[in-house]
Amino acid sequence: MTDFAQLLPLAMLGAVLGLDVVSFPQAMISRPIVAATAAATLLGDPGRGLLVGATLEMFALETLPFGASRYPEWGSAAVVGGSLYAIHGDANPGGLTVAVLAALTCAWIGGWSMVQLRKLNAVLARRRHEAVASGSKRVVEGLQVFGLTADLVRGGALTAIILAAFTPVHRYVLGTWASDARVSRAVVVGIAASVAGAAVWKAVHAAPGARWLMLAGLAVGLALLAFR
Amino acid sequence: MTTQVEIPVRTRLAMFVRLLAIQGAWNYETLLGNGVGFCVEPALRLLPGGQDGPAYRAALARQSQYFNAHPYMAAVAVGALARAELQAEDAAKIERFRTALCGPLGSVGDRLVWATWLPACSIVALAAFGFGVGTAGVMLVFLGIYNAGHLALRAWGLSAGLDHGMRVASALGGPVLRRGPTHIAQFAALIGGIALPLALDQVIGPGRALFGIVLGAVALGGFVLARLHGRAEGWKIAVVLLVLFVLYSVLR
Repeated sequence: MTDFAQLLPLAMLGAVLGLDVVSFPQAMISRPIVAATAAATLLGDPGRGLLVGATLEMFALETLPFGASRYPEWGSAAVVGGSLYAIHGDANPGGLTVAVLAALTCAWIGGWSMVQLRKLNAVLARRRHEAVASGSKRVVEGLQVFGLTADLVRGGALTAIILAAFTPVHRYVLGTWASDARVSRAVVVGIAASVAGAAVWKAVHAAPGARWLMLAGLAVGLALLAFR
Repeated sequence: MTTQVEIPVRTRLAMFVRLLAIQGAWNYETLLGNGVGFCVEPALRLLPGGQDGPAYRAALARQSQYFNAHPYMAAVAVGALARAELQAEDAAKIERFRTALCGPLGSVGDRLVWATWLPACSIVALAAFGFGVGTAGVMLVFLGIYNAGHLALRAWGLSAGLDHGMRVASALGGPVLRRGPTHIAQFAALIGGIALPLALDQVIGPGRALFGIVLGAVALGGFVLARLHGRAEGWKIAVVLLVLFVLYSVLR
């Protein structure tokens, strides 16, 4: 993606969704199933966005934003995945696989960038400690506004850089892709569903009866598929 | 000495909106501390001497120190600490209360929201996708359900804190917070079982033979990843597998 007019709105979306992950308002508009769909909608193909968003959502089920832990940043990542798939998409058999891989890479880097921002916030908090300890409203609000603004910029810059960097790689990989389209999709969603299945199991297994409920649910899901 | 100060609706609203940005300056030294000060600040303007008076400055300084809790449940702390400051409770008592709140508000919130509510809403959205609901429908289902719980929890927390002040611990013993996570986990287990095969089928498309192979591989992969619990992250293993598959598809 080298077209600035196309990149700018996606970077802005990545900024807003990156901000939502932790800083504001944590309404989970940054979850892949929403964010990838929103990005692809900007490019005129919400359906493909939902497809890649649902696949990424399965990965995201495993990584929950617990406090100080380091976790992937899905907001910007889903914008990358959704837009790459919307642009190159089903026309190429490897479209979904490469879009998901780009999004996972972005999520990984995004998690690292959030840690760096938290360290920067800590440096500023340390420098302004005396002013905070004297009850300065200006400093308390200033630290908050700086953190929010820096996170917004972080998400936007990350989205723009990854999209700009991945576009030529994406084009090259798709140009030389030799695997069958359905097999390619099956591999990526199979891996995603394995991660999701394990994540759901880990999340619920301690609740009384949850194991049996999950197995019953699987039986119902497979029966519904059989009669579809 | 305690005095009952009426908190205007406008102040409550300002605190609620600020709560949405409580993690804006999150860092590894004071964690949520600056955010708590930022959220309590509108209420502190009601202290004797007003904004920038000595009571205001002392209270803001106290509330902006280290604090850790779940971001949604921090609303309880913000409300309770604002009430304690407005009731002119002893400073040392407020600081002890503030420290005591961290643990329970962290563990209750993590268990209720991150460990159950968010995965449950995510699974419901995947089920909607699996059932063939359209793009707008899936997004609305997820955002509608998740945020009904999210915003209600923040609003309840702020209100409970402001109403109960330093006696807010009694509100944390409510049935939703105690038994909610178990029921949500049971619901998520059932819906998760239904959603995964349907979502798989939506992505792969028609063709029973390939679907059967994938389902078997998913069952095996899921079992192995569940057994690796805590020792490896599935999504990182996935990145390696996807890189290998891309290399195979490009180089063969």
